[in-house]
Amino acid sequence: MSDIKKFMYVNRKAPYGTIYAWESLEVVLIGAAFEQEVSMAFVDDGVYQILKGQDTTEIGVKNFSPTYSALGDYDVNKIYVEKESLEERGLTVDDLLDLKYEDEDDDWAEKDSIKVVTSKELAEILEQQEVVLSF
Amino acid sequence: MPIEVNGKTYETDEEGYLANLSEWTPEIGEAMAKEEGTELTDAHWEVINFLREYYEEYQIAPAVRVLTKAIGKKLGKDKGNSKYLYELFPYGPGKQACKYAGLPKPTGCV
Repeated sequence: MSDIKKFMYVNRKAPYGTIYAWESLEVVLIGAAFEQEVSMAFVDDGVYQILKGQDTTEIGVKNFSPTYSALGDYDVNKIYVEKESLEERGLTVDDLLDLKYEDEDDDWAEKDSIKVVTSKELAEILEQQEVVLSF
Repeated sequence: MPIEVNGKTYETDEEGYLANLSEWTPEIGEAMAKEEGTELTDAHWEVINFLREYYEEYQIAPAVRVLTKAIGKKLGKDKGNSKYLYELFPYGPGKQACKYAGLPKPTGCV
């Protein structure tokens, strides 16, 4: 496909209680099949979506956080997390899932998908996108 | 349309996918395959078991492209290609193998 567009999915909501987080993840996985350039951003309560050690047994819904680890297989490896959102919630990158991908152009070396960026840097990244979808 | 295996009835959705993932047994997979005219061989089971492990780890059934790549990595290049997988599962490796594995239809599969 020659017409590759830059897609950005912005996630702002907590993972459970609303359907937004799961819907976003499904759309990303479906969209990845069309070989577009996909990135994701986690901002505000959205950072809780990729928190390590989630346990949903008490709320009776499926814990879909393991699915984020499949993103690397789908070539979704640009995952931006806003620094300020983490700090406001007393979190660091170590509290987040260890999301990795294998770099095809670098002998399949395993690399980190998550990049913590400031709100200013994220604004610049958003500026470069052709399609921004907010969840 | 529910499926009957060894005198027990299991609920499925309108496309024949098992309603309750935890009820799955290999016999159910075999019965589903037989109904569609397929006799499951070790080669089929290799893919079915791979899908079950993938689902266990990531809570989704992978897209065909992802499945093909992952099979190639795990079982060798001669198996990690669409030709091989479509020969085993002519109705589509994702759709058909997931059904026999007791998994939901792959995400993004229409």
